[in-house]
Order: sequence, then C-alpha cells, then structure tokens
Amino acid sequence: MSSTPTIELVDIYKSFGSTRVLEGVSLPLFPGEVHSLMGENGAGKSTLVKIMAGLYLADRGAVRIGGHEVLFRSTAQAQQAGVSVIYQEPTLFRDLSIAENVFMHRQPKTGYGWIDYAEMNRVVSQHLRQLGVSLRPEDPVLGLSIADQQIVEIVKALTFEAKVLIMDEPTAALSLEEVKRLFQVVERLRTKEAAIMFVSHRLEEVFAISQRITVMRDGRVVGSGSIKEWTPEKVIHNMVGRSLEALYPKEKVEPGKVVLRVRNLRRAGVFKEISFEVRQGEIVCLSGLVGAGRSEVARAIFGIDPLDSGEVLIGDTALTNHTPQLAMAAGIGFVPEDRQQQGLVMEMTVMRNVTLTVLRQVQRFGLVSKEKEREIAAQWTQRMRLKGHIEEPASILSGGNQQKVVLAKWLATQPKLLIVDEPTRGVDVGAKSEVHRTLSQLAKEGMAIIMISSELPEVIGTADRVLVMHEGKLTAELARSEATEEAIMFAATGQTGPIRDKKAKPTSNGE
Amino acid sequence: MTKELKSTSAGQGCLNVLLRSRESNLVLLIAVMTALTTSLNPRFISPQSLKDLMLNVSIIALLVLGQTVIIVMRQIDLSISSIVGITAFLSGTLFINHPGIPGVVVVLIAILAGLLLGAVNATLIAWGSIPALITTLGTLYIFRGANYAWVHGRQVNAVNVPSSFLTIGTSTFAGIPLLTWIVLSLLAVFAIGLRHYIVGREFYAIGSNPNAAVLAGINVRRRLAIGFLISGAIAGLAGALWLARFGTVDATAAEGIELTVITSTVVGGVAITGGVGTVVGAVLGALLLSVFSSTLVFLRVPSFWQQAFQGAMLLLAIAADAYLAHRHALRLRVKWSRV
Repeated sequence: MSSTPTIELVDIYKSFGSTRVLEGVSLPLFPGEVHSLMGENGAGKSTLVKIMAGLYLADRGAVRIGGHEVLFRSTAQAQQAGVSVIYQEPTLFRDLSIAENVFMHRQPKTGYGWIDYAEMNRVVSQHLRQLGVSLRPEDPVLGLSIADQQIVEIVKALTFEAKVLIMDEPTAALSLEEVKRLFQVVERLRTKEAAIMFVSHRLEEVFAISQRITVMRDGRVVGSGSIKEWTPEKVIHNMVGRSLEALYPKEKVEPGKVVLRVRNLRRAGVFKEISFEVRQGEIVCLSGLVGAGRSEVARAIFGIDPLDSGEVLIGDTALTNHTPQLAMAAGIGFVPEDRQQQGLVMEMTVMRNVTLTVLRQVQRFGLVSKEKEREIAAQWTQRMRLKGHIEEPASILSGGNQQKVVLAKWLATQPKLLIVDEPTRGVDVGAKSEVHRTLSQLAKEGMAIIMISSELPEVIGTADRVLVMHEGKLTAELARSEATEEAIMFAATGQTGPIRDKKAKPTSNGE
Repeated sequence: MTKELKSTSAGQGCLNVLLRSRESNLVLLIAVMTALTTSLNPRFISPQSLKDLMLNVSIIALLVLGQTVIIVMRQIDLSISSIVGITAFLSGTLFINHPGIPGVVVVLIAILAGLLLGAVNATLIAWGSIPALITTLGTLYIFRGANYAWVHGRQVNAVNVPSSFLTIGTSTFAGIPLLTWIVLSLLAVFAIGLRHYIVGREFYAIGSNPNAAVLAGINVRRRLAIGFLISGAIAGLAGALWLARFGTVDATAAEGIELTVITSTVVGGVAITGGVGTVVGAVLGALLLSVFSSTLVFLRVPSFWQQAFQGAMLLLAIAADAYLAHRHALRLRVKWSRV
C-alpha cells in the first residue's frame, strides 16, 4: 500500500485527572486500508477515537493529516479535515428524512435561499445507490434499524468527502446479515482509497475485514502490524498478557446447597439458552465483553426485565413473571452497575440510603423510626468499614465508600443471593480490595454471590467459578483452577478452541 | 384527501402518511362538523356567522404560528397571553396620548414591545438555561402583574380608537375579514420559512434531537432565542390586533388564551415532544376548536360544557397520536424480527 498515512497519531498522551489513559500511542491509518484497533474494555480505544474526532484534545503528541500537523478543537474541525466518526449509537434526527439528516445545517440552496430538496435528495440517493442500499432519501429516519441508521451516518461522512472513516464498534448491534452488508460498504469505500479504522471486539470480523491490526493494553500499543503477522491467539495474548498485579483476598469455602438455579433463560434478541446454578458460599462471575448480555441476564433474574421463557428457582421456589419486589422477598439482592443513577439517592443521608430496602423494619406506628434506622444503618456500615458519618449525604463520599453504602443497603435485606454488577468500576485500588474482601467474607458466611465484571484480574481473583458469555449465550464454564485470562478471552470472543472444548457444558456443577 | 394518501403511500414513508393525513384529517373533521351543524341549523353557514368564525379564530391562529415554532423545538411559551394583554393596552394608550398617530406606527411599536418581552424569555431560557415551562410560567404572572399595576383599573374604549384602525377587525376583502388576511399571509410566510429555509429545518432538528443538533454545528442557544423572540413579536402584533378587533381593552385582556393556543397547536399535530408538526396543521387545529365551540353554541350546549369538550378533544388528539405511534412501532418490530 501507499507509504504516507492519511492520518497519523504520533506519541499521544492523555490523562483524566490523575488517571493516565493514553501513554505514547502512535497509530497510522493508510489509504485503502482497514486498520483494526483491538483491546480490552478500558484499554484506551475510545479515548483515542475521541481525540481523532475532535472531542478531546491530547495532552501531548501530534495528529498529522497528509504529513501536516493539525489540531482539532471541535468535531466540526475534524469533519472539515476529512475525519468522520461513526459511533455505535447513531446520533440522528429521527423525525426528519434521511436526506435532511445528511445535510442538516449545510443544506444546498437555490437562488432565493430556499433549500434545494431536489439536489439534496439527488446526492443522497446517488450515495445510497453506490453503497448498494435500498433506502430512499425521502424516508424518515424514524423506523430505520440501527444498521440503516449507520448507513445514513456513512452517507453523511461521504458527503463531507471524508478521507478517514472511524467506526467505533459498528457491528455491536447488528445482525449477521447487516454485518455482511456493512462490510460490503466498507470494502467499496476501501477500494476508493479511504483510510478506515475499525474498532471491534469480534475477532472473526477483524480478521475478515482488516489489512492491519493494532492491539492496545492499558493505554499503550502492545502490538501493531500487517494482518499477515497476526493470529487470533496472538491478538488475545497481546490483549490480556499482563500479570496479576493486585492480590485478591479469597477465602476457601466449601459450597453448600444450591441457592439459585436457572434453566434455559431466553429473552428474544438479548440472550438465550442460559442455564446455571449458584451454591451457598460460592462467588460465580459472569464474564464476557460489554454487550454480551451479562447485565441483561442479571436484570432478568432480579425481575427488572421480563423473560420470554425459562425458569428461575430460588431454593425450591420458582419465580415466574416476578417483579423486583418478589425477587427481594425471595431473598435476592441486586447491586446495579451505575450507583449514581440506580443505586443511591445522592441527596439523602447514608443512613436513609441503607434503610431504603428495609423501610418496613424501621417503621413504628407506620412512621419511620430514626433510632431503628440508625441502628440498622450503623450495623451494616460498620461491617463494611465505611469511612464517613451515617448522617451525612451520600453525595460527599468517595466512589469506593459510595459503593460500600450500596452494598450495605442490600446486605440489610439479608439476601440469600447477592447479584453485584461491576462492583468496583470507578473505585480506587484500595477501596477495590476492600470490596473484594467483603464479598469474599459474605460468601464465607454462606451467601451466594453472582458478580459481573469486565476486569479479568478481578474475575480470576475472586471467582470460584466463571461463566463466560458471548453474544447472548454461555460459551464456557470455567472452574477457578481453569480460569486464565486467555481461556476467558477465548470464550468471550466466541472462539472455538481447545480451551473451550474442555468444559463446554454450561449446566455442569462446576466443582 | 385520497389524493394525498395515494401520493405519499407511493412514497411509502409511513410517517409522512401520518403527518400528511393529520392535515387532511383535520380538514375532513372540520367539514363534517360544519355539515352536521348546518343540517341542524342552516344559519351556521350564513355569511355573518362565517365572518364571526373567522374573526374569532384569527388572533388564536396568529398566536399559534409563534407557538408552533416554540413547540417544534421542544419548548413552550405560556407568557403569550400576558404579552398580548400588555401590548393591547399599550396600543390603546398610544392612540389616547398621541391623537393622530398612524395605525402602522402603533402596530410597529406593539411588535417591538412584544419583541422586548420575548427577549426576557429568550435570555432566561437560552443563556440562563432555565426550562421554558418555568420561565414562561413566571413571566406569564410577572407580565400580567405589571400590566395590572400599569392599567390600574383604567380601560381603553372603542371611542378612543380611530375608526380607521378598527376597520381591521370589521371590514372584509373578497368576503374575508382584513384581520384574517393578515393572519393568512403570515401563515404563508411561516409555512415557507419552516419548510424551505435552513433556519426552519434547524428548529425541527433541535426539537428532534438536541444533542445531534449540537453535533451538526447548530447554535442551539441562538435558535432558541430566535424562537422566543418570534413568539414575543407575534404576541405583540396580536395585542395591537386585539385592540382593533374588540375596541375595549382592560387589564384582563386575553387572560387564559395561552392554553387555547397550546391546545390548538397540539390538536393540530405539533408534537409536544418536538420535531414534528406544521403551521398549517396547527392553524387547522385552531380552526377545528373554533368551529367546535361555535357548533356547541349553535346546538345550545351549555357554555360550561364547552371547556370540557375542548379538553376532551386535546386528549383525543394525543391519544390518537400515541395509538398511531404505537402501531407504527409494532409494525417496525415485526419488520425487524423478520430480518
């Protein structure tokens, strides 16, 4: 291929507060090439994309277009320089037509300043035809599938005469057919000498479409080269190959009775054929890439989203069409991922937050009793070693301590099964290991725990068993001794390999 | 109507069919209602009652133009009735204090005053980032309160207003009142502006997806400000015309009409959630409500029922929209599940 890159990132550094996100990343995109960027969640891919899109400014380093250094202070500047970004979730005006979406704010005009709809529709329909898509420019965006909406975004990029097209996980929400069509479109653009960057978690897609692969880990490029130099194994190894830095306090526990048993859970288009069980004293991790359906399974077990079919058994009681209230009554606790939005009422005191789940226990003559509230809140926050006073608002606590309040709130209900979704996201290292210690302690006392986590070291460090999901299905069940980062990544990217075959039956007992 | 449907179903845009059919449905409804009432009481379409109908709907229809711009941007302007009240009284006092002042000058001053009051809303909403509902609810009371203090129990009477100015509300051209002609010509301006000018489409874009509007490079704050300035200026014009139409103005003039205006706009198919609707539809909505209340009068329905019927019509319109949107969504899900 051509030797000068269309766009080149040189030695880019970027920090948010004290967190280094990118450390000396260099990345060239060549004309007529699809360059895939891979890496675990949190490797820094999205930040890199946003720097190219003009949403973030790099702390250090340069962006060069055609050899000349440029500085993007806004998305408009990046677009004018020929860089177009297509995000996973398209940002369109659903009430307006496809053509209007493409040309909004820069509509072609006729003599009287009137919008030239005919010209607009002509240009858009020409592009749509060239892409081989049977959409009409007059059609409203409302009602288009995500795949078609991405096509609209691509047409928008084409009318900007984009030389660089960056696609951030474009296939995450697409069906197989739609992926095929998208790839045909990408292939056509590539033959027209566009430089394309493709961010994806799906190995098979990456190998099907790319000419070049770069792998990032912890904000650095750990490997980059032509497709011929790569194998799926090598990509995975590069993505995860780091040592366990932190120690995970883990108590040895003999699993007891089965607490939760689920059979053939299915929610159309989200997950299917999910069967597993969780025993007393066990920490079972649901692993997989973002969007694999982990949180969705947890939400369905807790009764937030309805199931299309399948059974959920707590002990011997079956929960059918249950609400979160019924799930709580049956002994399930659920700590959601986004504690700011779903887990805590920030304006209320720590005490109030903790007792929200057990208001019935703290009432006297139908009114909330402050003494009882204080008593229960103190009991659980002390167990969590919460720093901070229980009568202060939750908003002033640090992320780690907020997470402890959320945990305390659910522990107050004394659940038999606790589901925690990303319990340490956005929590500093010290607080992280305290959360792990607490979970481990709870398991030792006989609680069954399901943990969802995107951080592999955390999964491997805390789990007794790891269930791996890929595109809505369980692809592996790994015992603690078998759970390596490679094995989990293999199953999470849907690879069929020797590791997965060892333990393919998702309903086996695990130990 | 059938023609409309055919041309769009050939275009296959489901939503277009819904939108287009909103206007044709309104025309149909108005026609049916008129025919029914006429069959019971032929005087319903006598020239005099038709003229009354047009006069009654004109000022509401005028205000509906400004409100459409606002609601299309997912905003709301409740303060318009107070602006009409102030500018109506202002116009009257101008005639009293400056005998011989040309009507055109009075109208221009009224528009300017409306523009200034609209600028208060515009500043608070666009740059103060205070929600429009709260801002205009506040200014609705502030403007009206200021008006009461200023008017202080006085009243402008028809004798104080030059008869040449009053003819706007009485004389006709080609059978249609002058007042209605003014509104119709502005309707044409707004219809073209919202459909054929970039700024008009940007109002829709903002209401449809504010974040995407920012990404497209639209100066959202400035567009919001322009909208509230337009709404204020229109209300100022409506104030001057209010005086021409009624002759008498006191501190309570136009009180409460903001709700009629908003109801008309929504019944006319402008979605309260923004991004959808046309001025033609909104004005037809005003006409429908007006015809409906005259119908009730002609059928001797007690007046206290009229408001209830107006509310029922609003809910019906919204329920119909929700039902159609729901059916549309269902169809789409079926379409996708087949993919």
